[in-house]
Amino acid sequence: MSAPQSGERRPATPSLALAALRPRSHGRRKALDAFIKGFAYVAATVGIAVMLLIVYEVVRRGAATIDWGFFTELPPVVGEEGGGLGNALLGTLVITAVAAALALPVGFLGGVWLAEFGRNGRIATGVRMVANVNMGIPSIVVGVFIFALLVKPLQHYSGVAGSIALAFIMLPVMARTTEDMLNLVPNELRESALAMGVPRWRVTLGVIIRAARSGLITGAVLATVRVAGETAPLLFTALSSPYWLNSLFGPEGFFGGPTANLTKTVYDFSGMPYARMQELAWGGALVIIAAVLGLNVLMRLVFQRGKEW
Amino acid sequence: MSTVELDVRNQAGLPRGAAKAAPRTHRSFGDPAFRVITLICGLAVAIAMFTLAGVLIFNSWTAISELGVGFLTTVAWAPSNGRYGALAALAGTAMTTAVAMLIAVPLALVIALLLTELVPPGIARVVGTGIEMLAAIPSFIFGMWGLFVLVPFMQESVAPWVTESWLGQVPLIRPGATFQGGGFSILTAGLVLALMVLPYITAFSRDVLLMVPRVTKEAGYGMGSTTWEVLRRISLRYALSGIVGATFIGLGRALGETMAVAYLVGGDFLTVPKSLFDPGTTVASLIALQFNEATTALDVSALTALGLVLFVITMVFQVVAHVWLRRSQRTAGGRA
Repeated sequence: MSAPQSGERRPATPSLALAALRPRSHGRRKALDAFIKGFAYVAATVGIAVMLLIVYEVVRRGAATIDWGFFTELPPVVGEEGGGLGNALLGTLVITAVAAALALPVGFLGGVWLAEFGRNGRIATGVRMVANVNMGIPSIVVGVFIFALLVKPLQHYSGVAGSIALAFIMLPVMARTTEDMLNLVPNELRESALAMGVPRWRVTLGVIIRAARSGLITGAVLATVRVAGETAPLLFTALSSPYWLNSLFGPEGFFGGPTANLTKTVYDFSGMPYARMQELAWGGALVIIAAVLGLNVLMRLVFQRGKEW
Repeated sequence: MSTVELDVRNQAGLPRGAAKAAPRTHRSFGDPAFRVITLICGLAVAIAMFTLAGVLIFNSWTAISELGVGFLTTVAWAPSNGRYGALAALAGTAMTTAVAMLIAVPLALVIALLLTELVPPGIARVVGTGIEMLAAIPSFIFGMWGLFVLVPFMQESVAPWVTESWLGQVPLIRPGATFQGGGFSILTAGLVLALMVLPYITAFSRDVLLMVPRVTKEAGYGMGSTTWEVLRRISLRYALSGIVGATFIGLGRALGETMAVAYLVGGDFLTVPKSLFDPGTTVASLIALQFNEATTALDVSALTALGLVLFVITMVFQVVAHVWLRRSQRTAGGRA
């Protein structure tokens, strides 16, 4: 500091600007900086370590349970050995597939509208805001909503109610992903196609979507996988069942009654004081975590390759 | 944007002659139909949420009219005598969320700093992916892991060690009357919640930190600032509204998280927790654990009202979050 005063001590009341300029101890600044940097490395390590620990724990406890019977048999009677989660696996596949069939096309077309037509208009801004807010609605609230909308009036739980709850969660995710992916497509591509006299709808469906294909597939798969691991929306919609899904409208059918599903079954079994039930629960957790993480990694690899289109 | 760009995505943006030049027969039917179909699907997203709000209000009307404001300000959950009060659940929600945010926000910020400033892009991508994988793990698996791994650890190691030391006399840490060993507790649930919201806050924070113009940061480094000083005095000020938005996204998620908390929080819905080591409940887990037991119409209505309360709270946080995130995008665009 090149203060005009001679001597070490500064004036008793320096101006604020001078105070800000006063050099602080070099060592202390460096130490603080090193501390923050160290903290950053530790934090990232902790985050990844916990993720790996969870995966490790699920694999360790669940791997031994996985055999052929796990995929093909009904759960055992409480206290018995053997059995599997076949009905729950089938139920989760059906419930999730129906949810995807309901939500993905609508979400996709909604996203097309946001990206291609709505743009920055007032309606589109509103829809976008609602979609963003929608993605933050707790899934348990969606469960309560579908219970009040379908289960209470019809007076029975059903697999399809679970599907609709999951579809509600997927809808805004798919719409926003589609919009983001279409926005990545360069405008020149639209211009060229339009200049050739192609109608807009064919430009969008034939050209733009082909260009954004890998991102759209990734978005659709990840949205589907995410809801496949949801429990809360199924608690009071699909409920659970010890039986196979054996009809459409019968009491054990998809539309007619409670439908077995992996997440609710795992939740129930993990709280039971029977070793076999807990084993099955960990096995179910392993199947889900393998599917979710496996598809996440796979999609990342596919997407990174597809980016170069 | 400096170049004048013809935005053909906006139908009206076509140059005036284009419409006349194009052969009429080609744009007669397909385009308007496509436009309307996609518009309907776009509106469906919005209609879905308004339906949800409407159905929740309609179905909780019985509870709202019979219980009034007392529903939010009393502690009770007794279907047998028709008394319902959500105060304990609201307090538990606030406490678990506060714990989660106090842990997750600083961690997420420094991880975002690491990803944007400290490590080369290749490593940043691997680390970022690892953190994002936390978000891919389903919530019930966090719950099971917490139940079998974290609860015993808290019960046997952390809780006795902390509560028997001098810290055990500090308010909020001193065990309350409902203390059950500290395994199933507000703190355990909050810890797991922190891990669950960490990837979200990290991702959003990283994105806003990446929007800080390189030149501004380089000016800071050129003045001899350390990495931390550049972050605190330049990047954070620049990205403040975005960081607030990211925090609120995480906050909204922590508030409504159900399954993991239902496993770990202890399920005591008749006490306002006095300590982080006490068991409690949250609005979401109270709904999850009580709904299938509900018998009377008032019972179901009261639980639906809880759902409505949760919806309103999270909606407020989400709206605030997105307004702040949008604001940060605007300032970044304006100043860059």
